[in-house]
Amino acid sequence: MIKEKFSEGDSFLHKLDPRVKIIVALLFSAIVAVTDRYTPLWGDLLLAAGLIIIAKLKIREVILRLLVVNSFILLLWIMLPFTFSGEKIYILDSLGVSREGIKYAFLLTIKSNSIILVGIALLSTSSIYNLVHALLHLYLPDKLVQLSFFSYRYIHTIHSEYIRLNNALKVRGFKAQTNFHTYKTYAYLIGMMLVRSYDRSKRVYNAMLCRGFKGKFWTLNHFSFNKSDFIGGIVMISCIIGLMLF
Amino acid sequence: MHISEGILSAPVLVAGASLTATAVGYGLKKMAYKQMPKVAILSSVFFVASLIHVPIGPSSVHLILNGIIGLLLGWAAFPAILVALAFQAILFQFGGPTTLGVNTFTMAFPAIICFYLFNRGIKGKNNFFALTLAFICGFLSVLLSGIMVATALVFTGELFMQVAKLILIAHLPVMILEGVLTVFCVGFLRKVRPEILDLDA
Repeated sequence: MIKEKFSEGDSFLHKLDPRVKIIVALLFSAIVAVTDRYTPLWGDLLLAAGLIIIAKLKIREVILRLLVVNSFILLLWIMLPFTFSGEKIYILDSLGVSREGIKYAFLLTIKSNSIILVGIALLSTSSIYNLVHALLHLYLPDKLVQLSFFSYRYIHTIHSEYIRLNNALKVRGFKAQTNFHTYKTYAYLIGMMLVRSYDRSKRVYNAMLCRGFKGKFWTLNHFSFNKSDFIGGIVMISCIIGLMLF
Repeated sequence: MHISEGILSAPVLVAGASLTATAVGYGLKKMAYKQMPKVAILSSVFFVASLIHVPIGPSSVHLILNGIIGLLLGWAAFPAILVALAFQAILFQFGGPTTLGVNTFTMAFPAIICFYLFNRGIKGKNNFFALTLAFICGFLSVLLSGIMVATALVFTGELFMQVAKLILIAHLPVMILEGVLTVFCVGFLRKVRPEILDLDA
């Protein structure tokens, strides 16, 4: 099953109105993405870490997640120190390690991880359904919202379909290796997933038509924007703006 | 092949976001309500495919399938891929809010190109010709995505030139793999359920 690992909990951030969280997360990400000075970035990283603590998430799991998504950053650490011109601080054979290169890689690491942490603390603490619903209130096109609802529903069916087919393969002694047989098998597996889900989508759509679907989705639970949402939003936004001015 | 948050420069991020917004808008406009379930299904297939790891030599890579998505969806590939990437960002933190535009464009633009180049050919009578096109489709979709990622990096700064080159070279085996998979997959669909290959189905 595909799990929304961080969305379970009852911290302040879990209860905060998803609309507020989306706006704050977008603002934070946009500002950090274009900031290139260390002082505000350290503040942003602290703010991001603070939000993780407020969200009462398991630190171990957050760190594990960070390690996985830092692979691109790792690539930069491998390449940038050698390709940057400027003062060399260490010579490795014929390759010079540039101080500027290391500094730059470090800067990008802070930026990237701050944004990821805020994403975990603010976005991943809501369920996808609530986030998509919130996006509808934030004027995302109706069609796109419906597509997201459908798509999220199908991710689970298709994933369990995949697991079922994969088990069938294992039972028959299939072992994935680097050869045509493996690739053919995987391609047929994908093909079968497509065929089955295509048939299912037809059935679902017909069932919807039978029940009078006219291109509109009605949502049953509504958000209420209360005082703590307002205060939480204002505090976070002023922190972000304040850090930008440093 | 996601570009992480916090790396690209502001002009590249803004360009990616506006191109993606325009294309998604156009894709949504062209998508009839009737097609919604199919688009959603392919969006989820794109998501699930990224969880399927296929061995290649000593390492393994995950499937991308943007070529097939493009073939089957046309312009609706843009909203489909956007939604899948947004879910990946929220559930796994691969990519994020600011890079969503660029990442969607690098995946979905090649899909559209593949659609216009091969959509007709892979439905044709000649089996060999159709499967040859399928290989080129799978290969080209990843190649173009790689080129777009590289372009986004190089436009951010010249110093990313080496990183960009490395990413392109590293994706060469993936291009061949996706080509082979697309051949088998299109061959399978032609035999089993040819109507899926029709855009309006």
